[in-house]
Amino acid sequence: MKLEEIRVCVLRVGGTNCDAETKRAFENLGVQAEILHINEVVKSQNLLEYQVLVFPGGFSYGDYVRAGVIWANWILAKLGKELKAFVEDDRPVFGICNGFQVLVEAGLLPGFEGLSQYPEAALATNLPPGYNCRWVYLKCENNGKCIFSGKIPKGKVLRVPVAHSEGRFIFTKEQEKKLLEKLYENDQLVFRYCDRTGEYAEGNYPMNPNGSFHDIAGICNSEGTIFGLMPHPERAFYWWQQPNWTRQKRMPQYGDGKLIFESLINYLEKKS
Amino acid sequence: MTASLYICREAPFLLFEVKIIDATKRQLKEISSELGLGLNSHEMEAVRSYFRKKGRNPTDVELQTIGQTWSEHCFHKTFKGKIRMNGNEVDSLFKTYIAKATREIDPSWCFSVFEDNAGIVNFDKGHGIAVKVETHNHPSAIEPFGGAATGVGGVIRDILGVWADPIACTNILGFGPLDFDYNKLPSGVKHPKYVYMGVVAGIGSYGNNMGIPTVNGAIYFDESYVGNVVVYCGCVGILPLKKFMKNAKPDDTIVLAGGKTGRDGIHGVTFASAVLTKESEEISRPAVQIANPIEEEKLKRAIIEIRDRELASAITDLGGGGLSSAVGETAKKFGCGATVDLEKVPLKYAGLAPWEIYVSESQERMLLTVPPKNLEKVLEIFAEEDVEATAIGKFTADGVLRIYYNREKVAELKISFLFEPPKATRIAVYKPANFKEPTYPEPENLTHTLLRLLTSPNIGSKESVIRTYDHEVKGNTVLKPLHGEHGGPNDAAIIKPLDESWKGVTISCGINPNYGKIDAYWMAASAIDEAIRNNLAVGGRRIALLDNFTWGNPEEPERLGSLLKACEACHDFATAFKTPFISGKDSLYNESPLGPVTPTLLITALGMIPDVRLAVSMDVKTPNNLMYIVGQTFKELGGSEYYRLKGFLGKTVPKVQKAHAKKTFRTITKAIDSGFVKACHDLSEGGLAVAAAEMAFAGGYGIELDLRKVPGKALDRNDFVLFAESNSRFLVEVSEKSKKDFEVLMKGKSFARIGEVTDIPRLKIKGLNGRVVVDASLKDLSAFWKRTSSSEV
Repeated sequence: MKLEEIRVCVLRVGGTNCDAETKRAFENLGVQAEILHINEVVKSQNLLEYQVLVFPGGFSYGDYVRAGVIWANWILAKLGKELKAFVEDDRPVFGICNGFQVLVEAGLLPGFEGLSQYPEAALATNLPPGYNCRWVYLKCENNGKCIFSGKIPKGKVLRVPVAHSEGRFIFTKEQEKKLLEKLYENDQLVFRYCDRTGEYAEGNYPMNPNGSFHDIAGICNSEGTIFGLMPHPERAFYWWQQPNWTRQKRMPQYGDGKLIFESLINYLEKKS
Repeated sequence: MTASLYICREAPFLLFEVKIIDATKRQLKEISSELGLGLNSHEMEAVRSYFRKKGRNPTDVELQTIGQTWSEHCFHKTFKGKIRMNGNEVDSLFKTYIAKATREIDPSWCFSVFEDNAGIVNFDKGHGIAVKVETHNHPSAIEPFGGAATGVGGVIRDILGVWADPIACTNILGFGPLDFDYNKLPSGVKHPKYVYMGVVAGIGSYGNNMGIPTVNGAIYFDESYVGNVVVYCGCVGILPLKKFMKNAKPDDTIVLAGGKTGRDGIHGVTFASAVLTKESEEISRPAVQIANPIEEEKLKRAIIEIRDRELASAITDLGGGGLSSAVGETAKKFGCGATVDLEKVPLKYAGLAPWEIYVSESQERMLLTVPPKNLEKVLEIFAEEDVEATAIGKFTADGVLRIYYNREKVAELKISFLFEPPKATRIAVYKPANFKEPTYPEPENLTHTLLRLLTSPNIGSKESVIRTYDHEVKGNTVLKPLHGEHGGPNDAAIIKPLDESWKGVTISCGINPNYGKIDAYWMAASAIDEAIRNNLAVGGRRIALLDNFTWGNPEEPERLGSLLKACEACHDFATAFKTPFISGKDSLYNESPLGPVTPTLLITALGMIPDVRLAVSMDVKTPNNLMYIVGQTFKELGGSEYYRLKGFLGKTVPKVQKAHAKKTFRTITKAIDSGFVKACHDLSEGGLAVAAAEMAFAGGYGIELDLRKVPGKALDRNDFVLFAESNSRFLVEVSEKSKKDFEVLMKGKSFARIGEVTDIPRLKIKGLNGRVVVDASLKDLSAFWKRTSSSEV
């Protein structure tokens, strides 16, 4: 597919607030990105005109129940059919922060066996509790399944910020071992929290900022086409967004977050 | 209620006529207090004579409208009134000092000052930057979470109220000591720890939920804040200046958009203009509004869309006074009258009396005036965002406000009368405080003193708070509140708001309440100096100022006297530095059973940096680089954190040497633009020693300094040189390569090379006799700095 033919739908609802910078990141890479209110998509039934669907960060509908759950149910009720067609066509779906929460609540992630009728994991309240905005390190764990990390070698450490209060990735206690094995088996693990040198956080705060099980920061579905993560790659896109840029002698032109967007675009360009 | 004063009109809703035209002085007082009008006898008499001329009694709607419009909160009676002090009369503090400074400076780059909900300055590519800082002290004392959250919501609406898109928030907070003895709390006063947790959570929740980064602020602890919490909420926005529509005309439709109206926030402004008592909790709880940031987020989207399509003729927010202020002030501004149909206002629940609908301060509401031909389009845009919007009336040509409820007229008032309340004349006195300078020997272990200072609440890290605020959302935060790997405290934040421009907005603040206990004039001068030098330190310039006063009861002559002195300093130093005031807000009557608030002036500085790539952070960068101090150090320890640690207040507060300061400020900017400056940090609370410690642990390298080289006067003790808080000073890191150029540039200014960056991770300071007086590891310095009382909450 040609770069300029790629159309990205950055979806929003009341309370979404990271749509503009997400759109900006895509546009910087030369693709068309549009921010669409869900009301618009429901009205014009045009979801399938897009090649990528993005659920950006924010507090959808205030997240007054449980983060992501209202939007997840809303979209399943109003756009369930289109969404299913979109996913079954292997078109990429990307969830950042609140978007990740939505994808998990909607049963799209981890998506061991495709769309699930119920959430198979949860993004629980942070441990230690409370909202936390800080830069963290992520280690790429993926062996090549995830289309969002194709340009990131396994083991590479990225620096990206988090900002959330419900980002502790968990499975149910009884199943966590089994499901973790499954994540590895299917190559669904994408990012784990680590320190600067790439040592896993092993649950230690603040390297692991929310107490996530197995330091999990981001995962993809078993097809590798749906991807969600708690950190914000769109806030680590340019060099001047980095927390230590005034210290660096020679500055790379971009931040680490760009690699995620690039991987996706790269994949689409190669796709026939 | 005194039944004989009120007649219930026969109507299917609750409406009273108030028998004011025959009321006696005592009855006037009763009416004011029974209806919660908050008007004094002088004002009530003016109301009576207005209605005597009309030959009829007013309705409760009319009286409430007058009460709201004439409140201190809405009308700023103290700042606009007359003040007599020492035989002189000042006619309006605002005009005489604040606005006068701006007029004298006459800056070409100011787009709109004092006029509107927020001040606006020119920025880049046809854009302007709008800025406003609000106080929300009273509500936060009663209900910390809700009070603080609605403070943020309110100031964001001020920015929307000038058609700007909010891009950053600030908040400056004042609390009582978190370890305050529970047994000493008077009834009705909440413990500082409870207030602190609620306020911080409230601020975080609103800004985070709306997706506006909270990038700058300060937290200050003072005993007087136990009963009077101080909450300043600021917001900065951006707008294309040619979309700034303020041109309402008769026949334009009045559209109310956003949240529904309920009984929350009734008489908020009257409450804000009263002292807090132990009954405040019970009586004034309804005065605190309820926050719903998501409603405001949706409202914002619709408003920006309406702005971009130029569909409305004016906009304002609904804040203090609710509809009564918004309708009245807009009508007055455009020389119009207005007709309002109150039954059209969407309500949260039935049963509100007309006057309640008209003065309710329910949150997340905006008022737009829309030419009739655009009305349908505007309502459509709101509907697309799931925002309720309703046409509730229209502007008229005759300058009269008419309010209807189910077609029955419930109020008719001349707009001109509403905005000409009788001027207050107040008496002020000012006596310089008669404090003594303490005498005690220099402490033997100054390393120990420095470590203790670093843990003191006003100096120690605020990380536990800052991390709960999203300071990265929108992805435009170039310089963050906590810098780098070790989270050093940057002096100012920088936002890069336009994708197509490298220009940045620099945001900083200054606040020195402790100096105000000794001298209000120099306190204000110091706050201005601090706000400016914080801004300059990161590379900011072309600075505009905002003033926010938190004072006690202005009817007490001494409180008013210190307010006047502070305003005088605002004028003197704003003009000296050519930094105009563009907006401000005062909160008076901050008194509790524990006494008045320490006079607290917040100065916010809004600057710009021509290219964000020039920005300088405060962390030292490279070993062997040279450390310079710029500015002069004096034996000015009065009100310092060092004296506080020793249990003293002292006498000699830091002054501002205008001529010196101006030179220093200009040269710092030049040095930064020339690329000589690798790191720069302003010297404030804790002086040279604290600044050096912060720069060292933030950068991860050691610093060696020699006090013998510090330029200044009467520097005869190590502790004084280390901890004096003299104004207009910077600590600067310069590379060996730039040494000569930097020194040539600095020639003729007060500066000295006082040391260097080292790769030994320690701060080592040689004293006046050449022996090492401070020697501490970066690990200890950082650990003590992070071990503040606030981090243990």
